[in-house]
This record gives sequence, C-alpha cells and structure tokens, in this order.
Amino acid sequence: MTYATAAPNLSRTTVQPPIQPPPGGASGLPRLLPEHGAVPVDLPTHLGHHGRPPYRGQARLLIPLLEESGLTGRGGAAFPVSRKLTAVADAGTRPIVIGNGAEGEPASDKDKSLLWISPHLVLDGLQLAAEAVGSSSVGLYVHRSPRLQERLRAALAERAAAGIDQAPVELIDAPPRFLAGEESALASRANGGAAWPRFKQPRVFERGVAGRPTLVQNVETLAHLALIARYGARWFRSLGTAEEPGSMLCTLHQADGTRNVVETALGTPLRNLLRLDDGAGGSGGAGPRASTAQAVLVGGYHGAWLPASLAAGMTLSNAALRPAGAFTGAGVLAALPADRCGVAETARVTRYLALESAGQCGPCFNGLPRIATVLDELAGSRPDRRALADIKRWAGLVEGRGACHHPDGTVRFVRSALQAFRAEIQLHEHGRCTAPGARPFLPLPAATATTDADWS
Amino acid sequence: MKKQLRVDPIACTGHGLCAELLPELITLDEWGYPILAGQPVPRGLDREARRAVTDCPALALKLYRPS
Amino acid sequence: MNGITGSTALWYASRATGVVSLLLLTAVVVLGVLVNRQGRVPGLPRFVVTGLHRSISLLAVAFLAVHVGTAIADPYVSIRLAAAVVPFVSAYEPFWLGLGAVSLDLIAALIVTSLLRAHISRRIWRGVHWLAYAAWPVALAHSIGSSTDMQRGLLLWVAVGCCIAVGAAVAWRVTRAAHDVPRAERAAVTFAQAAPRPRSRPQRSGRQRPAQQSSPLPPASPARPSTDRLEEADLR
Repeated sequence: MTYATAAPNLSRTTVQPPIQPPPGGASGLPRLLPEHGAVPVDLPTHLGHHGRPPYRGQARLLIPLLEESGLTGRGGAAFPVSRKLTAVADAGTRPIVIGNGAEGEPASDKDKSLLWISPHLVLDGLQLAAEAVGSSSVGLYVHRSPRLQERLRAALAERAAAGIDQAPVELIDAPPRFLAGEESALASRANGGAAWPRFKQPRVFERGVAGRPTLVQNVETLAHLALIARYGARWFRSLGTAEEPGSMLCTLHQADGTRNVVETALGTPLRNLLRLDDGAGGSGGAGPRASTAQAVLVGGYHGAWLPASLAAGMTLSNAALRPAGAFTGAGVLAALPADRCGVAETARVTRYLALESAGQCGPCFNGLPRIATVLDELAGSRPDRRALADIKRWAGLVEGRGACHHPDGTVRFVRSALQAFRAEIQLHEHGRCTAPGARPFLPLPAATATTDADWS
Repeated sequence: MKKQLRVDPIACTGHGLCAELLPELITLDEWGYPILAGQPVPRGLDREARRAVTDCPALALKLYRPS
Repeated sequence: MNGITGSTALWYASRATGVVSLLLLTAVVVLGVLVNRQGRVPGLPRFVVTGLHRSISLLAVAFLAVHVGTAIADPYVSIRLAAAVVPFVSAYEPFWLGLGAVSLDLIAALIVTSLLRAHISRRIWRGVHWLAYAAWPVALAHSIGSSTDMQRGLLLWVAVGCCIAVGAAVAWRVTRAAHDVPRAERAAVTFAQAAPRPRSRPQRSGRQRPAQQSSPLPPASPARPSTDRLEEADLR
C-alpha cells in the first residue's frame, strides 16, 4: 500500500502558521490547561489561542511529525503514537478512531478535568488523528457523567456549527468500571455490547469495532497531538527529557488530603510535585505526623508503592521509575500520610480491584479475591503465618493468565506493597500496627459492580 | 518452525482435558485452569498437541506459529 | 434369494439399524450434556468422556447410513434418495419419514461442523451444536411414528428408556445451569467462598487489638460521579 509523499520535510508539515505563540508562559507550562484557574475554555477562546485545527489535507502526513516529537500515549502504556497511527493506517480500509476518556481509575481525575476544561484540544486531536489514519468514523468514549457528556455535546454542536470538524463524533458512554477504559473493553462497548475485555486475537488496531481497524488513544494524548500539529516537534520537545519528551497531566494526592490535577514536564522530581515531608524535617520520635508521607503510590492502582525516602530522589520519568519497579502510567501520584497503615490501604484497594474483575478468566476471579482476603488478614492482628507465602504463590499463579492485564497490574501493586511496607507487616505479625483503625486515604467508589448489567 | 500452545482464558472454563492429554506441557492450577509450559511443542508431541486442541470442549486451546 | 426374501431382509435391516441409531444418538446426547457441564463418569478420565461422545456419534452416523440406505434400496416401499434429506416428499408415510429427513439434516450439520471445528468460529460451532436438542426429539418422533415397531412390546420400553435418559440429562443440565454465576458476580462469590483460615497460634487472653473486619459488600448504588470535584479543581 503506497501513499504519496516524499521523505518527511518538517518545514512543510505545519500547514498554517499559528495565530499566536505556543501556550505556556516562561516555564513553558501549562500547555493543555489554561493559564489562569480551572475556567473551561469555550470555542471562541480556543480559536483565539490556537486557531482552527491544521488539517493536512491527506492521510498519514501528520505521522512523521508525531514520530519526530516522540509523543507517547498518556493512557498508561506510553506506546509511541506515530507507531500506533501507522499500524492502524496500514491495517486496512475504513478505520475507526476513538478517544478514550473513560478513566476508570478512581485515583485519576486528569482525563475528566481535561475534557471539562479543554475539550476543544481533545476534539481537535481526534479530528487530526482521524485524518492521519484516513478515518471518517470517530467516537469519544466518555465517563458516565451527565454534566460532562452534556458539555461535550454542546462543544461538538458548536464545532459543527462553525464547520470545524471533518468527521462527526459519536459520544460513547462508558460504564463506571475500573476496566472500562481497557482497549478491548472499549471496543466491545463501542460495538454495542458491554465493556468486557476480550481475548485480543487479533489486536484492536487490526480488527476492533465492527471488525474494522480501530485506533484507541487516550484523550490527553489527543490534546498533545493537537498542539504538536500546530507548534511542531521542537516545541513539544522543549519540555521533558530527550527520551521522554513533553509534558503530562498528573493527579496529585497530597498527604494532607488535597487532590488536584497539575500539568508538569516529564523528568520533574517527584518532591517538586508531592509534599513528602512537612518541612519541619526530622524523623524524630514525635510519632507519625499526618502531613508527612511514608510512601508514594506511583501510577495508580496498577502501579507501585515506593518508600518516601526512595521517591524523594526520583523523577517523573520511566527511566528513573522502571528500575524501581514503577512507571509513570496515567500520572497518578499519591503520598500516603505517615499516620495511616499502608497494609490496610493496600488491602482495601486490592479488594476493590478483585471485585472489579470482569469474571471471565478463572485465574483472575479465583486468585484476586483470595489475595485480597489474605491481605485483609495481614492488615489485621496476628495474621496466619502462611499469609505472605499464599499471597506470593497466588500472585505468581495469576500473573499473565488473564485476557487483559488486570491480574498483572494488581499483582504489581500488591508486590510493591509487600516490599514497601515490609516493616509494617512485621509489626502486624507481632500483633501491632502503627495506625490501627486509621481512616481510609486512597479514594474508592461507593459501589462496585454487582450484576452483569453494571458493565453496560 | 515449531508451534506454540496458547489458551484463550475467557473461553476456558477449566474442563481439564488438555492437561490429561498433554501432561508434559500443560498442568492445572489449584482451580482447574491450565498452566502452559510456555515452550514450543516438541516434534514428538505434535499429535497429542493437535488432539488436545481439537478435543477442548470450549475450543479454548490453540496452536499457533509465532511470527 | 427371491425378491420378497431380499426385500424383507432389507426392511428388517433398516428397522434394526434405526433402533440402534436411536440408542446411539441417545447416548451421544447424554454424553454431550456430561461434557458440557464437566460431569464425570466415575473412573473415566475427562478425555475419554469426550472421546466417547465423538466416537459414538460417528458410529451413529454409520448406522444411520445403513438405516437410510437399506430403506431406499428396499423395493417393497418406495422411498427415493431425495426423501432421505428433503422432508415430507416421500410417497410412503410422508410425515413420519419427513421427520426422519429433518433429523438427518440436523445431524449432518452437527457432524460437519464438528469435524471442521478447529476451522470455524467458536460461536458458529456452538450455535449449530444447540440443534442437537432439536435433532434428538425429532429422531425419536420419527422412530415411534414411522412403523409400529416401537409402539409396543420391548421396543416401546426401549423408546421409553431413551426418553428417560435424555430427560434426566436435560433436567440435570438445567438445574446445574441455574447455579451458574454470572461473570460480574464471580469475584464476589470467590470472596464468599474464601473462608477465613484458622489462626496458627492460640488466642491470647486479655485485651487484644481487634482484627480489622473486611468491609461488607457495598449495596448496588450508582457511583457518585466525581466530576463534582471539577468545580474545585485547582491548577498550579
């Protein structure tokens, strides 16, 4: 399959000069979110800042620019965007493009915030990605929130009236499940069924929705794409590191309980984002302070715990985090206060993860609840001495044996907790706990699925 | 090119025939679901592997050629 | 061998192979239910039960072939080849023979899809295989109605026996299926089954920090949408 273009010439890839200089003040930030406060950006303001989307007029022309920019997915997997677009464009005719705004992770707010505040950046990115793979069937998979969906519908109507979008966008409703944003679950839902993950042979980019090649891209990724198309690869790379360029949205959970979404450059030290101690310093025997962090959860509920001392020396980059068993993921960073029990928090979240299993694969729906039950015991007094051995055995049994990565991610989370909270576990084995009966810290939804209908 | 076994974990309901027919490559976990050895099917077990694939009541076991 | 004796032999052969075919098909249905519900036959490995299901079905095909062939070859009654596969076109007993043709068609579909099982989609194979629950009663009706053989005497009891066998198997399958857990509930069921283990050390008397109870399963209420938080989103 050939397409008409010579070797990419970057100077030709910006179709129209940007109306205004690229976003971001002296620090280059923020890019995706407006400079002042969380005021949602309406269409006229968006057009005033960025102009209309710079369509190339032909498929694939945008892809070399994305490759040059080094943009990777911001949904958690960090897959190179240019490679994904090329794969979908190569996979066949009539591809489908779906922006993934499901954000099933309870600790993450960045996608909902982005869609609320800067929907037009996401929608621009959706159109540009669709053009790049030659698609005229576009969807936006959105968290089930009536207000958010109404706002998006209004934004789409505005764009339609102004003739901005090349392809009409269908809003697809995502059930409030942890796995709703999983690629094959998204495709299943977009096909009209429930959001069950599927066995991925063939992969979604080859045969996804309605049997057509489907590009699934996180909404934040699409927003970055929309800016790169205007301001170029060099601009995008002006923040971040050489291997991990650009900025990303993070959901920060501070030890004092505050929770907000920030945009930051990749490579930022974690201690610049999270307050890891209360400034008074000292690890003295004054007892655990509520605002001192004992550990940091990096990457969400499929991520990894790091002891605070280790996290204090880390940067927000996979190059720094992977050797420690963590990864940037979808940008969730949570500082666990010193006056909580890390084992109890882990047990709560693992129970939630187990109940969020789709119940389709034996190892998952058998193994995760058992791990969660024993973690509950570990969080209590005088746990059975076989508890740790059982958890480790089951973790090894479920890893890699599900159709999706739910068991793998849960195991990563649990193993990192066993490592990071080793001292706490030993205390528990002697019948003590640094924070018995402490109130919960990590956010979890009020209800999980109880019937199959909750997956639609 | 040697073939590999793969199980569709959603289709698999733990009948356990595969482990009976091909104990060299497949064992069952404590819940009755198959654990695949992960290595390619040796030539001598080709026939048994094909039989395990056809006999699986859930059609969950598959043979494929890794590319 | 004069014509009448030869004809009688063919006619008897057809009736005999018909009865055997029905018995074999009954066994196939019962074994099929066992395979599907992971039922065990004491002493037999699972692959033997599946193997029997397949072997006996192929044996049934062989007997059916003889049953149909001898019926067509027999000059005493006029049954064309077409009547064996196209329902209700036979001159002799068009209705009851027609049922036989329907059953034969369904069985042919079952056999062909099963032989090609590895090459067709799992859903198509399963869909066609459900027709077994139509093929068997139609075959039974054909057996009872086509000749008076199975309407009295020993063969009547054979027919009754077949009904009881299939009826019991189906009843067993239905009651087991009623206990099937929908997938969204399976993790919750595992939680209920993962009973708390006995303590490895005896309980100490006196004050003890109470073990944290795991929270009960929450009631089914829609999760509060967290976009309420967007109003207070604070940007740096």
